Amino acid sequence: MKTFKKLSILFLSTLGFLACSNDDDNPTPVNEEEVITTLTAVLTPISGGTTVTLQIRDLDGDGPNEPDLTVSGPLVINTTYNGSLTLLNETESPAELINSEIEEEDDEHQFFFQSSNNIATFTYADSDRNSNPIGLEFALITASSAGSGNITVTLRHKPNKAASGVFEGDITNAGGETDIEATFPVTLQ
Amino acid sequence: MKYYVLILACTILNLANSQNCTSKFFGEVHDFHDGTPIVAAAIYIENLDKYTTSDINGKFSIDNLCDGKLTIVVSHLGCETKRLNILISGDTFFEINLEHHFEELSEVKVEGTSNNKLTNTSQEILLKSEDIERYSAFSLGDALKQISGVSSINTGNSIVKPVINGLHSSRIIVMTNGVRLQDQEWGIEHAPNIDLNTAGSINVIKGANALAFGGDAIGGVIVLKPSNISLIDSLYGNTIINGQSNGNGYSLNSSLTKTYQKGWYINGQASIKRFGDFETPNYNLTNTGLKSSGFSINTGFKKFEQGFNVFYSYLNNKIAILRASHIGNIEDLVNAINSQQPLVVEGFSYDINSPRQDVTHQIIKADFYKRFKKFGRVELQYDFQNNQRFEYDIRVGNDRDKAAIDLTLKTHSIRTRLKLDSKSNTTNEFGVSAAYQNNFANPDTGVRRIIPDYYKYDLGVFVISGMRLNDKISLDYGFRYDFNRIDAKKFYQTSRWIERGYDQDFGNIVIEDLGSQLLTNPIFNYHNISASTGMSYKADAYNTFIFNYGLSNRAPNPSELFSDGLHHSAARIELGDLRIKKETSNRVSGTYQYNKKSFSINLEAFYNHISDYLFIEPIGTEQTIRGAFPVWSNNQTNAVLFGIDITANYKINEQWSFNNKSSFIKGRDITREQALIDIPSFKTVNVLGYSNKKWLDFNSELQSELVLRQNDFPNNNFEVFIPRTQEMVLVDVSSPPPAYHILHFQSDITLNLSNKTNLNIGFNITNIFNVSYREYLNRLRYFADDLGRNFMLQLKLNY
Repeated sequence: MKTFKKLSILFLSTLGFLACSNDDDNPTPVNEEEVITTLTAVLTPISGGTTVTLQIRDLDGDGPNEPDLTVSGPLVINTTYNGSLTLLNETESPAELINSEIEEEDDEHQFFFQSSNNIATFTYADSDRNSNPIGLEFALITASSAGSGNITVTLRHKPNKAASGVFEGDITNAGGETDIEATFPVTLQ
Repeated sequence: MKYYVLILACTILNLANSQNCTSKFFGEVHDFHDGTPIVAAAIYIENLDKYTTSDINGKFSIDNLCDGKLTIVVSHLGCETKRLNILISGDTFFEINLEHHFEELSEVKVEGTSNNKLTNTSQEILLKSEDIERYSAFSLGDALKQISGVSSINTGNSIVKPVINGLHSSRIIVMTNGVRLQDQEWGIEHAPNIDLNTAGSINVIKGANALAFGGDAIGGVIVLKPSNISLIDSLYGNTIINGQSNGNGYSLNSSLTKTYQKGWYINGQASIKRFGDFETPNYNLTNTGLKSSGFSINTGFKKFEQGFNVFYSYLNNKIAILRASHIGNIEDLVNAINSQQPLVVEGFSYDINSPRQDVTHQIIKADFYKRFKKFGRVELQYDFQNNQRFEYDIRVGNDRDKAAIDLTLKTHSIRTRLKLDSKSNTTNEFGVSAAYQNNFANPDTGVRRIIPDYYKYDLGVFVISGMRLNDKISLDYGFRYDFNRIDAKKFYQTSRWIERGYDQDFGNIVIEDLGSQLLTNPIFNYHNISASTGMSYKADAYNTFIFNYGLSNRAPNPSELFSDGLHHSAARIELGDLRIKKETSNRVSGTYQYNKKSFSINLEAFYNHISDYLFIEPIGTEQTIRGAFPVWSNNQTNAVLFGIDITANYKINEQWSFNNKSSFIKGRDITREQALIDIPSFKTVNVLGYSNKKWLDFNSELQSELVLRQNDFPNNNFEVFIPRTQEMVLVDVSSPPPAYHILHFQSDITLNLSNKTNLNIGFNITNIFNVSYREYLNRLRYFADDLGRNFMLQLKLNY
C-alpha cells in the first residue's frame, strides 16, 4: 500500500534522527573564584613575647572534608595582643589574597570576635569608609586568670552596621550572610 | 446516534452556457473516515430552488440540468461546509466526501460542544479561555490551582510550580501547542516557562494515562492549546490589561488573529508584565519584583484533509528572589526561622536585584498532518527549544554582576503520530518520538557546576486504542516503551567522590584526574515500559463511572543524579546520587460523576503506589569554613499517595450558585512508615456566586479558601552547635505553618461596544481581610509571610 510506504519512511526518519553524534570535547574545570579557604589570625603581644597563630583551612570548600583548625600555642594572661587577619583562596596557585576584596568593599564586611568563659575581650583597630569597624585589624586583651575557652571569628557579608551594638562588635543584630565562621579552642596561662 | 445528517448542496448554474438542459448530475455522499454512505442527506440547488436527498446508499441525482460550471456547496450539520466546483457535461457523476466524526466537531466549530477532552477514561479537567484569562497577570501554577487536586509548590510568589495529586517537577509533563516543554523542570525553583496568555484552553490529566505525551508523567500531564481557529474569513483579537495594588504591578496582553475560509490562519500575541516588591500585611517583601515579556506567532493552514502549523514563541522572565532568603550558613537559617519577619526589609522598589533569575525560553515548532481516506490521520512534528537560565547570587568584587548559574539547554525533538479512526467505534493510535538534548553549563561563572554538561537521547514508541462498546461503555488501553540515555561529563571534588564511595563503585568512569577535582563520564541507559487502561460507564443520563489503571516509569533527572553543591536559599548542600534507579508508579483511580442542570458533582479518588520513589532528605551536617550546613541527599524509598478530589456545583436559582472544591491527600513512606515531605494539606474552597444577565451580564463570587495545617510530615529537624551562643540549637525545618482561612472576591461586567466588540471589566480582591499566613508548600515560608490584600482591576477587550 502506498500509504504504508510513505508512513514507514516517516517513522524511519524519526529513528534516523537519533543518530546525531556529539563532539567529545571535555568541559573545562571551574576553579571557584570567591572561595575563602584559609583564615589566619596572627596575634602579636604588644610588649613582646610569643606570637600566637590561629588558622582554619578548608581546601575543599563546600566539600565533605572538615576544615583543619590549628592553634599554635597558649595565650598569656593579662596581655594585649595586636591581631591581624589574612584570608586566602588556596585553590588557586599562587594563593589569592582575599583581604584586598574585603578592603575594596569594606562597608559591606565586618568581622565579629567572641570568646567563651570570658577569656578575652576584643576591640576593633581599623575602620571602613564610613568610620565603622571592619576587623581585619583588632586588639585582643586576655583575662587575668588562667583557663580555657573558645574564640569565634565570624565574617558577615552585608551586615547592618548601623544596627544596635554592631559598632561595638556585638553580632546579635548584625544580620547579613555568614562568609566565615571559625571557632578556635584556646588555653590561657 | 452521532450522525446528525443534513447535507445542503447548492448548485449554481452558469446560465450563459445553457444550451443543453437535459443533463443529470448524480453521485454519492460518503463519510471521509470509513467510506460509509451518508444517508438522508438533503441536496439543494439554490438558484433553481431545487433540492434532493441522498438515499440509504448515499446516492443522489438531480435531473434536467444545463451543461456548464456548477458551484455546489455541501454543508453538514456540525461540520465544515464544503464548496466544490463541478463541470456538468452530459450526465455527470461525482463523489462527495464529508467528515462528520463526532470528536472532530470541536476542531471545526468555534463553539463546539463540550467534548474537548483528550482522554476518555482518565481523570481529566478542562480549563476554558475565560478561566485562563482571569489569571492573565499570573502564572500557569496560579491558574491551575482552581482545579481540585492541583496545588502548587512555590519559591515566593513568582516561581510557582503546579503540583498534581502531590507530585510535581519532573513527574509532570507540560505540553504547549504540541511541544513537550524542556526547561530544566527538575528544580523546585524552576517555574515552567509558559506565558499563560498563549493558551486558549488547558487540559489537566491526572496520572500517567496520556501515553501519547510521554510515559514518565507519574503526576500528570498539562496540555496547553492555542485557541481554536475557525475556518471563516475573519479578523479578531483581544487585549487584556491588568493593574493591581500589591506589587504596584500591571500586565498587558494582546492577541490578533486573521483567518481565511480557505484554511489559512495567522495569530500574533505579545504580553508584558511588570511588578515591584510585593507586600505581606505587615511588611514589604524586599526584592520580589518581576519583569516578563513574551510574544508568539502561530500560523498555518488547516483543513480537514491536511494542514500544517508553524509556531514560534519567546518568553523572558526576570524574577527577583526575596533578599532575606539568601543566607550564609545554618546559624543564619536559625536566625531567619526564629525571626518574626525577614531580616532585610526595605522600601518599595521595582528593582530586580540579586538573588534573581533571568530565564529565556524559545520554541520553534513545525507540524504537518494529512488524512488518508478510509484510513486515518498522520502527523509529523519537529520542534526545537532553547532554554537559557541565568541565576544571580549575591557575590562580591568583580563577580558581583556575574551569574552563578549559566545553563543552556537545547532540545530537538521529532514525533510522528498515526491515528486510525476509519471505524466509528474504535480508534487506534501509533506514535514514535525521538529527542536529542544538550545541556551546557558555562564555566565562566566561577562557580562549580551544580548540573553538569550532558547529552540526552530519548526514543519513545506507543500504541493507544480506544473502543466504544456501546452507548454506555467506552474502553481504552495503551502501551508505551521509552529508551533514555544520558551521557554526562561531570567534575567531582575528589573529596566528595571518595565520601560518596564512588571510587569503589564508579572508578572506571573517571577520565581525568586534576588533583582536587576529577572529570568523570557517567553514562546511563534506561528502558521504561508504561501502560494504561480504563473504562468509562455511563449508567444513565446523569451518572457516570470511570475506572483507570496506569503503570509508569520515570528515569532519574540530571539533578537527582548529579546535583552537588550549596543552595543558598535553603542553606543546605544538595547531593545527587549516581546509584539512583528509575521509579515505578502503579496508579488506580475511580471517578464518579453526577451531572444534572441544577446539581453536579465530580468525585475523583486515586491510589498511587510508587516503588523507588525519589525524594531528597537530610543525612547529616558538614562543617565548612562558613560554618555548618545540613546535607540533603537524593534517596529512594517505597511510597504511596492516595486521596480524593471533590468538585460540586449547585445552582440555587437563575442568579445564585454554590460551588465547592476540596482535596484531601496523604503521602506515606511505606518502607520507613513515616509521612512524605511536601505533601499538600487538606484544602477546601467554597464559592457563593451571584450573576444577573440584566445588569450588564454581571457576575460575582465570594470565595472562601481554607487550608488546614499539614499534621503528617517527616521530622527532619536536627541540632546544630551555634558558636556565637556556644549552644546546641534545634533547627526546625520541618514544622508546617498553621492552618489559614482567606477570603477573595471576584466580579465582572460586560459592555457591548458594538456587535463585534465588547469590553469586560473585572474587579477582584484577594485576601480581603489582609490575613497573615504562611503556606507549607512555599519554600520561602521560613523567611516571610505570604501575600497580603490585593485589589485588581482587569479590562478585557474583545474585538
